[in-house]
Amino acid sequence: MTEKEKHAILLTALSGVLLLAALSMQLAGVSRALCVVMYLAAFAVGGFTVVRSAVKGFAQKNFFTEDTLMLAAAVGAFLIGEYPEAVFVIVFYRVGTHFEHYAVNRSRRSIKAVTEICPETARLVTEKGVEETDPDFVEVGDLIRVLPGDRVPLDGVVAEGSSTLDTSALTGESMPRPIAPGQEILSGCVNGDGALTVRVTKRFEDSTASRILELVESSYARKSRSERFITKFAKYYTPAVMGLALILAVIPPLVIRDAKWSDYIYRALSFLVVSCPCALVISVPLAFFGGMGGAAKKGILIKGGTYMEALADVRRAVFDKTGTLTEGVFAVTRVEPAADATAEQVLQYAAYAESASDHPIARSIREAYGKPVRQALVGEAVEAPGMGLIVFVHDQRVAVGNEKLMQRENVAYTPAPGGTVVYVAVDGAYLGALRISDRPKAGAKALIDGLRAQKIRTAILSGDTESAAAFAGEQLGVDDVYGGLLPADKVAKLEMLMEDGAGSVMYVGDGINDAPVLARADVGVAMGAFGSDAAVEAADVVIMTDEPEKALDAIRLSKRTMTIAKENIVLSIAVKLIILALCAFGVTGMSVAVFGDVGVMVLAVLNSFRALYIGKKEKENEKKDG
Amino acid sequence: MRKKVMLRELCCANCAAKIEDKVSSMDGVNSCAVNFMTEKMLLDVDEAAWEGLKPQILAAVRYVEPDTVVEFI
Repeated sequence: MTEKEKHAILLTALSGVLLLAALSMQLAGVSRALCVVMYLAAFAVGGFTVVRSAVKGFAQKNFFTEDTLMLAAAVGAFLIGEYPEAVFVIVFYRVGTHFEHYAVNRSRRSIKAVTEICPETARLVTEKGVEETDPDFVEVGDLIRVLPGDRVPLDGVVAEGSSTLDTSALTGESMPRPIAPGQEILSGCVNGDGALTVRVTKRFEDSTASRILELVESSYARKSRSERFITKFAKYYTPAVMGLALILAVIPPLVIRDAKWSDYIYRALSFLVVSCPCALVISVPLAFFGGMGGAAKKGILIKGGTYMEALADVRRAVFDKTGTLTEGVFAVTRVEPAADATAEQVLQYAAYAESASDHPIARSIREAYGKPVRQALVGEAVEAPGMGLIVFVHDQRVAVGNEKLMQRENVAYTPAPGGTVVYVAVDGAYLGALRISDRPKAGAKALIDGLRAQKIRTAILSGDTESAAAFAGEQLGVDDVYGGLLPADKVAKLEMLMEDGAGSVMYVGDGINDAPVLARADVGVAMGAFGSDAAVEAADVVIMTDEPEKALDAIRLSKRTMTIAKENIVLSIAVKLIILALCAFGVTGMSVAVFGDVGVMVLAVLNSFRALYIGKKEKENEKKDG
Repeated sequence: MRKKVMLRELCCANCAAKIEDKVSSMDGVNSCAVNFMTEKMLLDVDEAAWEGLKPQILAAVRYVEPDTVVEFI
């Protein structure tokens, strides 16, 4: 708290005490004149700064600020003889403002904690020794020192020293990562307990931390529909309420018999107090900003409120296959031996036959076999182009390859559909088949299941063969699978999927060759791709780590944020309207009206605060459930 | 050209919206967004107009919220 704020709170308290004194004097039956003097004193103490701000506004020819509205209400109340109310307005307004500042400052601090991942200095190694400097002045190729506990200021490669890194600011991952000379180091990470010397590879403005900060900050400019709605609403709200106040002050006393002027003027003044639109204006953007901050904390960068809106409304989730749902590493996923053979035999013969090959499929077979191959037993190999191999193993003629090879060799094989299948035959007799496919990533199945639980239809768009795509889709339980697509086909397919209904379409890819698809989708999500500038540029959402489930997290978070934003809209508009109605019928007075201004603002700020902590809460719930 | 302006002690959300509105409509400003939470104004301006815009932006902020400290960075 600054001195200025302390001073202001002291004045508020003093003004409150004087108000209480005046009230008790009135109750005790002290003369009216003395009471009025006491009220005036309380008003002077509390209202002084309000008057000063109002005067500053007047000097700029700006007549409708929050301060002038409050002041008009208070002075008006004084003139019609409602002394306690006049002072109440000022005191409540001040108390509310203190709360408001407190709440805003707290949110500002927590948002800073999330987004301030750029250190202000770098320790540059020079001929004279190490000197602290602005990271902007460090050039590519310079050496910098990163001491234990330092935040890494620039991207680079470790030249000397080893340590562990806390990458949580970038990835949301709290496990420390070991780092050694020769490895790449990203800015924004916090160094563990070893001192490092780093050779800088990127200028400060191009370094990861700066780029993330830039992304998070500029995200504010892409406003969502609800943000635009509330800003527009606020623009009409204040003049409308002021107009109503004028009507309320003038019409009823003229029309209704026995209606007192002072009574309706008082009600109109209460209207002025509620007419300030601050709570409305802050309610929605703050919720989004909190939500984006919370997402950033989990390693999900969302480029604007408009994308959160789209994420909350996803009806179809479309995925690239290789590198996104699957690892892009081949593995034997099923062995189908013939009636009189064992799985072990099929694997063994296949592994021996493929022992000399460096093809990824051959490697996956040897890996699945898991035992060393005795090279002495492997004889001459003859390649059958586009079909497979014929290899002599232990003087037996082993054929390994696709259906075409089996047909050429006149083997009575059992066709095994789908995926990549390798058939094995020994001396013309069928031994069995191996199904080779790309392994699903850890978490891919959970992601698809989670999406289904949210009633989101899933699809795969893959450049891989149709059968390979179909197999992966089947394994993961994806609803629609489209394989054998060229990059241009992917865009066309996506557009087709986007046409058939309301709700938005999300596309998740690694951004390596699908930047056009990322850009075309309602929400393009680039995964594990902070290194790829094209992907970060084209995507609307960037997931820093290689974890597919984060796509689901992004949807959940957006839904929660939208709920909070809607709550804020309804809360602030409803409370204001109710208070206006109550004031119009004279049920409540100005003191409640003040709540309709600053009170609602504080509530909206506090509610938005929840968005920042969504992730945390979900984790706690998971723990409870587990 | 992108520019950043700090608006310190910006303490009213509606004022932030008003400042944004005013600056957005200035000649030479392609887009302007004021972030109440980070107290920053992000601008996309024509490079040639920038020096001339500075005093205008200052005046706009003064008009809406006289106590705000403006820092051009």
